[in-house]
Amino acid sequence: MSDTHYYHGLAKSMMFTIILVSFAPLLCIVLIAGYQYSVVYEEKVEAHLRELVLKHDQSVDSYLEEKVAEIQVLAEIIELGRLHDPASLQALHDALVRGHGSDFVDLGLVNSEGIQVAYAGPYKLQGVDYSEEEWFKAARERKVHVSDVGLGLRGVPHFTIALRLDENGQEWVLRTTLDFISFNKLVEDIRIGETGLAYIINRLAEFQTTPRRDMTAEVPFLRQMAASMTGRSDMVRGRAAIAVETNPATGRETLFVTSPIKNGDWIMVYQQDAADAFSDLNRSRNLALVVLLLGGISIAVMAYLMSKRMARKVARADAAKDIMNEQVIEAGKLASVGELAAGIAHEINNPVAIMVEEAGWIQDLLEEGLGEDDNEREVQRALNQIRTQGGRCKEITHKLLSFARKIDPTVKSVCLNELVLEIVLLSEQRAKYANVIIETSLGDSIPPVEASPSEMQQVFLNLVNNAIDAMDPGGGNLDIMTRVEDDTVVVSIADTGCGIPQANLSRIFDPFFTTKPVGKGTGLGLSIIYGIINKMDGTISVNSALDQGTKFTIRLPVAEGEDGGACDFRTNEHGAS
Amino acid sequence: MPANILLVDDEQGFVDTMAKRLDNRGLTVTTAYSGQEGVDALAANHSIDVVIMDVKMPGMDGNEALKVVKAEYPLVEVIMLTGHATVESAIEGMKSGAFDYMMKPCDLDELLEKVEEAYDKKQAQETKILEARARHIVLRRGD
Repeated sequence: MSDTHYYHGLAKSMMFTIILVSFAPLLCIVLIAGYQYSVVYEEKVEAHLRELVLKHDQSVDSYLEEKVAEIQVLAEIIELGRLHDPASLQALHDALVRGHGSDFVDLGLVNSEGIQVAYAGPYKLQGVDYSEEEWFKAARERKVHVSDVGLGLRGVPHFTIALRLDENGQEWVLRTTLDFISFNKLVEDIRIGETGLAYIINRLAEFQTTPRRDMTAEVPFLRQMAASMTGRSDMVRGRAAIAVETNPATGRETLFVTSPIKNGDWIMVYQQDAADAFSDLNRSRNLALVVLLLGGISIAVMAYLMSKRMARKVARADAAKDIMNEQVIEAGKLASVGELAAGIAHEINNPVAIMVEEAGWIQDLLEEGLGEDDNEREVQRALNQIRTQGGRCKEITHKLLSFARKIDPTVKSVCLNELVLEIVLLSEQRAKYANVIIETSLGDSIPPVEASPSEMQQVFLNLVNNAIDAMDPGGGNLDIMTRVEDDTVVVSIADTGCGIPQANLSRIFDPFFTTKPVGKGTGLGLSIIYGIINKMDGTISVNSALDQGTKFTIRLPVAEGEDGGACDFRTNEHGAS
Repeated sequence: MPANILLVDDEQGFVDTMAKRLDNRGLTVTTAYSGQEGVDALAANHSIDVVIMDVKMPGMDGNEALKVVKAEYPLVEVIMLTGHATVESAIEGMKSGAFDYMMKPCDLDELLEKVEEAYDKKQAQETKILEARARHIVLRRGD
């Protein structure tokens, strides 16, 4: 029963199963591992950046501290008087230059009114009024002040360290300008990836170093960020904060690592495009996705091809099995015909033997001469007997012929009562020799069923033969009954033979199962019957008790579209044969 | 051949005609239509020499009857008659002590030959028994 629909469905379900089973773990692994990996990687990148920023801001802070300390030491050691003197101030400055290179650009002493009274340095700033300068004002309040970066009077970016000196009730401010370039370099060369850059801003988001690219567009944003950092607990030195925000200037997601320096006056900012920072991660993520996609496609394609192939194989196997089944049924048919032939041949032998004897007797009588005794009458009698026996032969061959005619397996409407009687007739002789009495109770007007006559013959013949075998040679009763139940025709074949043990009952319909000695039974009879009945949408069941008998019950659906009268048959009670 | 024959077969027509033909040829014939009848006939008539018996019979079949005959009347010879399908049974019969077997339908002359052989064998055996008895008596008398 090859059904293309069924095989398509089979292929489809196989394909989906394969895909599901292959994909589920794959996806799980990719998702879980991918997620874990990216989380860890991001953490590592951020930690790395933080460390980096921290390191740099530590170096910036120590740079500033060092410079401040230097000036402080100087201020303590040198007396104020000497600082007034331009020449000695110059000498001091030279010493500083010798020791620190161009870091200390100039040195100056400012009085309490803000006038620079002494100056040593490359610019002409002697006598300049710094009273309005922020650092001057700040220095009045705090002892040490580091100013923001500004252009100042010299027009060049620089920043100032101002140190207040108290002497004799008078306030003086020792100031020194720090070289911006080398300071800038400390920060500028933090460069990671393509878009990473670092800079220092003050609280008002004014740049203290020159970033590598133009950042004017980001200033408002930075101001906001700086403002939001006020009062945060991590404004403590040694902690760098990291945030991922959308940079309004570039529109891209950007990583901001911020760290306060110079006691919180300044903020070291490191920023990098998130895409850039995590470029490696993104690359591997994309790679994984590509692999997943390719793998997925190839899985799907393979699954499709494989399942189609499997379904085809199954279809072929099923077809082969069907053919095999047909062949087995054919073989079974031939086997039962063979058995039948042997029985029929024996049956014919008897009348033939009688005919031969009578013919011989007639010859004997003719030798004596017809005139003698009763010979003429005897000859007449013998000839009649020959005719009678010839008639018997004819009946027997007709029986066989009608059996043989039904070899054709096409399904037709079959009247079961007729078939039962035919089989009973065929089996009469055998039953006689086995001392078995066959009785039939055939219901009136049993409707026909859709069946192949030759196959039904095989079914009944097989069951009757089995029953006789079970009772040979002790003898017994074989009862065949037919009746109608709703839409079903029920046929039962019951014997009083040796019965079937409980253990075997479930196996009797298995192919090659037989309890007959080797050579006597193939074990195929009942399995063939089972197949035939199932093919017709019928059922066969068995009841048995050891040493009491066995009863087989067959249920077949009534043929559709036929009126019940099509099989009206006189029910003959076939008595003992 | 003054042989005394018992014919056992369930086909009455066959048995009766065969009996007539054998009778015509000078044999004494008794008929039985079943294994049991045959055994009973033997019990009633101890002068039966040869039994011609069909193998396939309802009730007690040929082989069973043969065993009974051989058990109770070992000197009586039995010839089995068989149709094609039952040659194996005839061979079984030979193993159980049947003299020979023939296929039905059988040629009467052939059958008569076999009957003669069987009859001769029985006669020879019976003669040997008589002689042995005679010798025994002579020896006992001490002459």
